[in-house]
Amino acid sequence: MIKRHPEPLLWVLFSAGGVMSALLMPILMALFGLAFPLGWIAPPSYEHINALVAHPLTRLILFALSMLSLFHWAHRFRYTLYDGLQIKHLNELVAILCYGSALAGSVIAALLLWWPHVIR
Amino acid sequence: MLQPHAHSDGKPHVYTAYHPRWLRHHTSTYWWLQKRSYFAFILRELSCLFVAWFAVYLLMLVRAIGRGEAAYQDFLAWSASAPVLLLNLVSFGFIVYHAITFFMAAPQAIVVHIGGRRVASGLVGGAHYLAWMVVSAVVAWLLLGAR
Amino acid sequence: MADRIRLRVGRYRPETESELHFQDYEVPFDKEWVVLDGLNYVKDRLDGTLSFRWSCRMGVCGSCGMTVNGEPKLTCATFLSDYAPGPVTVAPLRNFPVIRDLIVDLGDFMQKLVRVKPWIVREVEKPLAEGEYLQTPDELDEYKQFSMCINCMLCYAACPIYGLDPKFIGPAAIALAQRYNLDNRDQGAQDRMDVLSEHDGIWGCTFVGECTKVCPKHVDPAGAIQRYKLDAALASIKAYFMPRGV
Repeated sequence: MIKRHPEPLLWVLFSAGGVMSALLMPILMALFGLAFPLGWIAPPSYEHINALVAHPLTRLILFALSMLSLFHWAHRFRYTLYDGLQIKHLNELVAILCYGSALAGSVIAALLLWWPHVIR
Repeated sequence: MLQPHAHSDGKPHVYTAYHPRWLRHHTSTYWWLQKRSYFAFILRELSCLFVAWFAVYLLMLVRAIGRGEAAYQDFLAWSASAPVLLLNLVSFGFIVYHAITFFMAAPQAIVVHIGGRRVASGLVGGAHYLAWMVVSAVVAWLLLGAR
Repeated sequence: MADRIRLRVGRYRPETESELHFQDYEVPFDKEWVVLDGLNYVKDRLDGTLSFRWSCRMGVCGSCGMTVNGEPKLTCATFLSDYAPGPVTVAPLRNFPVIRDLIVDLGDFMQKLVRVKPWIVREVEKPLAEGEYLQTPDELDEYKQFSMCINCMLCYAACPIYGLDPKFIGPAAIALAQRYNLDNRDQGAQDRMDVLSEHDGIWGCTFVGECTKVCPKHVDPAGAIQRYKLDAALASIKAYFMPRGV
């Protein structure tokens, strides 16, 4: 019988987040973070991007990307603080802050994507 | 040279000629500055901060789109401001570094057997890069092509 | 081409000292000499008090691991000519307590090794009359790489996680566990998983990758660990949904 540890699940979330962010973020950042603001490429019209985001599949992918990326950050950052700064005595607090923020961010992502009237 | 010193089990240890005091080295908090490969490792780990930033930035974009055309245009204008542009430029660099190091690492974790034979790790890595290019092309086409 | 090279060798004599310091020795420079040859020259001709471990002098026993110019190396496999004109700094292996001069205590690893059960575990031992276990070359290839470990501990010396937290079970122990997990004669994967899935087991590893870089036998412990993380994670998810087993 395998003892119940949260580590395997957290590692799976970290890995999935790593893969999703590695596949999607470079192109999205290149366009929305650099190409559009710098005027290299004309940004999509509001009608176009609104229709794109409204599609249920897009919203699912965006939710998965945000949630998994935040958990990817939480897991990696928690270990970096533990190993890099050697703050072992604060280990539990750091873990709660990291995964807690990721959870909060995921909830906000879900609200923004499916119930935007809840948060103005 | 007899000095008492506690063991991990709490019992004090007295040093003798046959049980001398061992020298224990303490790892510095700045261990990651001492070797190039350690520094590259920490940079790779810190790239997660920029991954998180982009997740937040993406959600801000989604929120702007949800609020209407004016908010969307405001968001694009805000993205063009100097501090945001600089942050996104740095983030882009780290996000690409994250992607490259992740795809370099993936073949060591993923061992695939097809028909009883092991797939070469180069192919596993190559498949990740291929997926990266395909996904990027699809996203670009969705945003720019099919207007 | 100079005919001498300087070795800066770490010295620690617990009966009179409380710190590591370095002592210089000039040894002959021969393009075929390795660092171990230099150390043996020191002990034979210059300073008999120098203490260090060595045995096979050909890279299979794992005894002569030390820190050479900041990197963990087998001194029998490291040529002086790579460091010409010198000086070559030889220090004890990092992350282990130093007993004397270049000798470190490996007791921590020995305890961890036993915990991962590095032997064939069978639910029921096959009686001799039933003959030998059969294994195809492909089945051998599954674990062969991980069986190459000579317990030289260079990977532990290179691992910053082990340096920060000595409770971390470490690269070689996990690689050796994998050597048996992937052996088709073994049935002990479940036993090992309980040990390895603790917090100081595989989950302490953040895939720095230094262990694989320094391994003289190309065991790739980092790969063993990441593969095991994937297997353990999938097994954990399966156990969550099917707690009574498949």
